[in-house]
Amino acid sequence: MAERDQHPQHEVRPTTQAAPLPARFIPSPMLEPGHNFASVTDHISSIVLRRKMPLGWVFLFFVGLMGVGVLGLTVTKLIFVGVGIWGINHPVGWGFDILNFVWWIGIGHAGTLISAILLLLRQEWRTSINRFAEAMTLFAVASAGLYPALHTGRPWYDYWLFPYPNTMGIWPQFRSPLMWDVFAVSTYATVSLLFWYVGLVPDLATLRDRSRSKIGRVIYGAMSLGWRGSAKHWHRYEHAYLLLAGLSTPLVLSVHTIVSFDFAVSNLPGWHATFFPPYFVAGAVYAGFAMVLTLAIPARKLFKLEDFITMRHLENMGKVMLATGMMVFYSYVMEAFFSFYSGNTFERYMWTNRVTGPYWKMYAMLIVCNGLAPQLMWIKRCRTSTTWLMIGAMFSNVGMWLERFVIIPTSLHRDFLPSSWGMYHGTIWDWGMYIGSMGLFCFLLALFLKFLPMISIFEVRTMLPEAQAHAEEH
Amino acid sequence: MGIGKPIEGTYGIMAEFNDPQSLLDAANAAREAGYKDLDAYSPFPIHGLSDAIGFAHTKLSAVILAMGIIGGISGFFMCWYANVITYPLNIGGKPYNSWPAWIPITFECAILFAAFGAVLGMLALNGLPMPYHPVFNVKRFENASRDRFFLVIQSRDPKFDTDSVYKFMDTLKPREVVDVPW
Repeated sequence: MAERDQHPQHEVRPTTQAAPLPARFIPSPMLEPGHNFASVTDHISSIVLRRKMPLGWVFLFFVGLMGVGVLGLTVTKLIFVGVGIWGINHPVGWGFDILNFVWWIGIGHAGTLISAILLLLRQEWRTSINRFAEAMTLFAVASAGLYPALHTGRPWYDYWLFPYPNTMGIWPQFRSPLMWDVFAVSTYATVSLLFWYVGLVPDLATLRDRSRSKIGRVIYGAMSLGWRGSAKHWHRYEHAYLLLAGLSTPLVLSVHTIVSFDFAVSNLPGWHATFFPPYFVAGAVYAGFAMVLTLAIPARKLFKLEDFITMRHLENMGKVMLATGMMVFYSYVMEAFFSFYSGNTFERYMWTNRVTGPYWKMYAMLIVCNGLAPQLMWIKRCRTSTTWLMIGAMFSNVGMWLERFVIIPTSLHRDFLPSSWGMYHGTIWDWGMYIGSMGLFCFLLALFLKFLPMISIFEVRTMLPEAQAHAEEH
Repeated sequence: MGIGKPIEGTYGIMAEFNDPQSLLDAANAAREAGYKDLDAYSPFPIHGLSDAIGFAHTKLSAVILAMGIIGGISGFFMCWYANVITYPLNIGGKPYNSWPAWIPITFECAILFAAFGAVLGMLALNGLPMPYHPVFNVKRFENASRDRFFLVIQSRDPKFDTDSVYKFMDTLKPREVVDVPW
């Protein structure tokens, strides 16, 4: 077909220039040409309804299942014995539990950023990856939520965190950032779930109509709530979706701000810093985009989605990683500056100890992962190579974990009095639970890939050139 | 359409189109021809289609704003009531009514309520969930979630008359025109 050779019409191209643009200035398309409404629908829905899952999926599923087993084991042991099985003790009372909580919740932020903030900024390239990234958000928040819930030591009393009228006549202490966190994280989880589900409803209707099995039609039919694509419904739907994006945007910024308040509101050197909220939010976006890349690169290969998740998407994510990575690195520099500029002995000692003390290797690796590795993304060849992007993303996944390690135990392990100094190491149960939460994440992700469309079908339809319709002037 | 209403005749007459432009033109033409009880169905939102069928306003924004305000007030009231009235705690010598500390929870509650307002409000105004609707009786309507575009003129329209609607639909060059049974 001759049409296939043309550029897709939704690409804005300068028409006034006589000379054609050199190829390197023409962005690769957001959607490979040659698709129509039917082919987009069939391609994405067939992953759920028709095709056999590829071997890579089976691997992900079983690795995830094993991880869930490890998680079950560690949680059972924890409930029977208590938090003493972890490495936390005096003076380091916050260890892997808070570290992994912050790591996971940060990863989750990219999903909301892609689905809400990029929608408001009219970044159309978000369309192919938003569903996937939102699912990642939900599963990351689920993994994150495990840690504070279990860190209470008696998780069966976790409902005490919530305000409810009780016979003891006591109420939570709402001036504490830890209470703010309870509200921020539970609101974030709820709103992310709502946003994700609302986005899914029209696609669930597609699956209902395309499913050949009775059970599929019944389940997808019930979940799609009888969606029939009426123009009136679409009108309210788009209105609600846009406003949800507008609500999620300040929400996502507030969540990691409040997480950073857990640290910044305390009086501890290394935590008590005014730049923590923007520092944490930038770190969250950086970690989250790295995780989206880590998942999207294998997924597009496995499920043959190169037409929908194009190099343009990957390159843009690489650019976001570069920008936010530099913000994170700037925060490391500012942290050093403030500790000396404060003139406070304890602040200065804390920073020197962080960099040259017993945990200096962690700090050095952190600078390599979050300071140097993102600089690769300046190079176009790296930004447009899945191998290099994957390497860059892996560095930031590790780097963001190290960052939280550097913030949490190294600020705590040397208390104000040398008699209260100590060292912190995660025990096998700490690592078991960390691996277990990764298993839970993979397991949930595998189920999502099997049962729900990983790309928003109706939004991809709107990106096709033939989706443009204009009312005649009357 | 409510339960108990006697159902007779057809729900309406449905025309099928191949592309969004035809549907938009058809909807505009139908409204110009004087039909009022119209609905159009498409696999994705089409800009201007709700205007074309004569639907331009939704109360959703007001619902979301109201819910957001209710949420914010409730969140603040909860903190104030708990920490000032019923269980006052002296934290670092701060006054009991140290309201700035309650702003994060006030904000989160406002967002939470507003988001529920957006989702539940949208579903309620759209009349969803609705497991049964006459348009699903048309076999080809399953393509409304894939690649086809449908216009329905409902039988409750004052101008509705089977023959004239069929004749009118034919002028729109549809792919197919069918009755929608109840």
